[in-house]
Amino acid sequence: MDESKNIIHETRIPTLAENTGLFKKTKMRAQRTNRRYALLFLGPSILLLAVFIFYPMLKTIYLSLFLTNGSGHNTVFAGLGNYAALLSSPGYLASLMSTLIYVVGVWALTLALGLILANAASVKVRASSFFRTIFSSTMGVSISVSAIFWLFIFNPSIGILNQIAAFLHLPLLNWATDPNLAMISVIISTVWMNLGFAFLVLFSAFQSLPLSLYEETAIEGVGPVYRFFHVTIPLISPTLFFVSIITFIEAFKSFGLIDLMTAGGPNNATNLLVYHIYQNAFLNGNYSQASAESVILTIIIALLTFLQFRYLERKVSY
Amino acid sequence: MSIEFKNIVKTYDQSPVLESINAEIANGEFFAIVGPSGCGKSTLLRMLAGLIDVTDGVIKIDGQTVNNVPPKDRKLTMVFQDYALFPFLTVEENIAFGLKARKMPETEISQRVTRAVDMVGLADFRSRKPKDLSGGQRQRIALARAIASDAKICLMDEPLSNLDAQLRDRMRTEIRALQRKLQLTLIYVTHDQIEAMTMADHIMVLNDHHVQQIDTPLGIYNHPANEFVANFFGSPQINFLSGSYKEHEREIVIDTKLRLPIQNQLTKENYLVGIRPNQLDFQIAKNNGGNASLTDLTNLGSQTLLTARLDNGQQLRLTKSEQISMPINQRIDLHLKGQAFIFDPEKKNLAAVSVGVDHG
Repeated sequence: MDESKNIIHETRIPTLAENTGLFKKTKMRAQRTNRRYALLFLGPSILLLAVFIFYPMLKTIYLSLFLTNGSGHNTVFAGLGNYAALLSSPGYLASLMSTLIYVVGVWALTLALGLILANAASVKVRASSFFRTIFSSTMGVSISVSAIFWLFIFNPSIGILNQIAAFLHLPLLNWATDPNLAMISVIISTVWMNLGFAFLVLFSAFQSLPLSLYEETAIEGVGPVYRFFHVTIPLISPTLFFVSIITFIEAFKSFGLIDLMTAGGPNNATNLLVYHIYQNAFLNGNYSQASAESVILTIIIALLTFLQFRYLERKVSY
Repeated sequence: MSIEFKNIVKTYDQSPVLESINAEIANGEFFAIVGPSGCGKSTLLRMLAGLIDVTDGVIKIDGQTVNNVPPKDRKLTMVFQDYALFPFLTVEENIAFGLKARKMPETEISQRVTRAVDMVGLADFRSRKPKDLSGGQRQRIALARAIASDAKICLMDEPLSNLDAQLRDRMRTEIRALQRKLQLTLIYVTHDQIEAMTMADHIMVLNDHHVQQIDTPLGIYNHPANEFVANFFGSPQINFLSGSYKEHEREIVIDTKLRLPIQNQLTKENYLVGIRPNQLDFQIAKNNGGNASLTDLTNLGSQTLLTARLDNGQQLRLTKSEQISMPINQRIDLHLKGQAFIFDPEKKNLAAVSVGVDHG
């Protein structure tokens, strides 16, 4: 008898008071416990992000609004003064310009060469696994080693480029030290460095292309060029877009090769934004301006990445 | 358009895939190539399409040798197992893709696409992407593309194997109807003997690198060339029993009561006997006599599947097209009511056919 009473009590529709009062309270309690667990699990990564990302980011923005002395202490609040000074400084604008040239050059060449190599390595021939290893091997080379190695290649007297040029009776060039050529040299070595990653990721996309689609195009009589642009590129477009974004951002962030090969020279020809920031902060002790530069760089990268997502991603077929 | 295979050989790294394949396929014929996986049936189809080179032999289309003709000039179309649809194109773009690549005028393309989507019932889905459609609808896109190409030879590589059973039944009928309507010469590769039996005009059975038999579906069912063909076709599967040849009586004896009269003079002592489950019959044995006992019984409604064990230990299946209820271990008298195939024990080929004695 008691039991049946209980069941009736449990299953009847709760009154409005119960619905809004008592029941809500237990629901809220459950939610609060959930949130506590969520915090517990997220805690470690939130802590790490806070110390190494959020704090420096906020501090950078904060610093960019002040003037600092040589030891890095804030002196006077400057508002957007640092930004205004930068945007009217010819040196900074030149650096911005060369960065854009560098980024576009590195981005376009890496993608184009990555595609060509990945396509070539997908052809099944006897030595294809050998070429696959070679093409992706730059992923295992450190920046300092490759900088030295490229400086040897570019060396005006003993470098192999000029030796070949001499052999072919072509003019000898000062690859890394001529202000007009340094940018090209730096782009070439960066592309070489990035190519291993781009190749490997694109190659894996080529590997997963369905054979039947290519058999279909053979029967339909689709030419190789039409097939590449109308079948292969759309099929690998998600991967291509990923590589594009990564290469683009990495190019903006290039520092090591520049520092070791040209140190921003000759005559500031390869003084890219990140290197400019480094010089301002750690050579000139101008922390506030360097902070302002960092903020601008972040905004530029975010904006251009956003634009890529906006316009390029439309053409991606998932 | 007619097709001819003459002494086709295909080897990969010296190991044979196909050996001496010969076949003639008439214009407008539905020709099925059947065999277990790995028997080379897809390879044969791809050689006909020109996607794979022939190691030796000649392929002729309409009397013309096409060994060195590229796929696009063989005037054929192909439907793939995975449908080979472009995931980034809509239904109509998929159908028009090949026509566009061949630079056909826009008006003709749109005419052909409209005709093709109407024919397969996809008119309402023209601007959808394949991923938004069901398996059966994707299959229809592939069919529509084949229709739009207007080629008179159509190759199909296991086109129904990714569909569920009911849909497969329906598509079988639709493909057959389409083939008749467009008068296509259709080469259809499948591992499913039921598909081949229900759709084809002629069937080529491939196994072990060789053609086992080329015949009409009923020819294959009623006169299997060898043990493999007999085993591959027919559902439920044929029974294989061992029997010994008695020269005086002109009989193959499986057990004392299961004796199969034969016309031919045979030479060996022991033979392999193939009996289809529906060619056997039985009576309930009186007084615990009989030659077998029932081991299993499954009622399917329209027919009953029975398994029995002969007293000499051999198992066999039989079907009766009526509903039966009977206890397990029931003693029965088994006899042959129809045909039995006598296979040579070594060469495995058909040595004789026995037409059973009516014990009625």
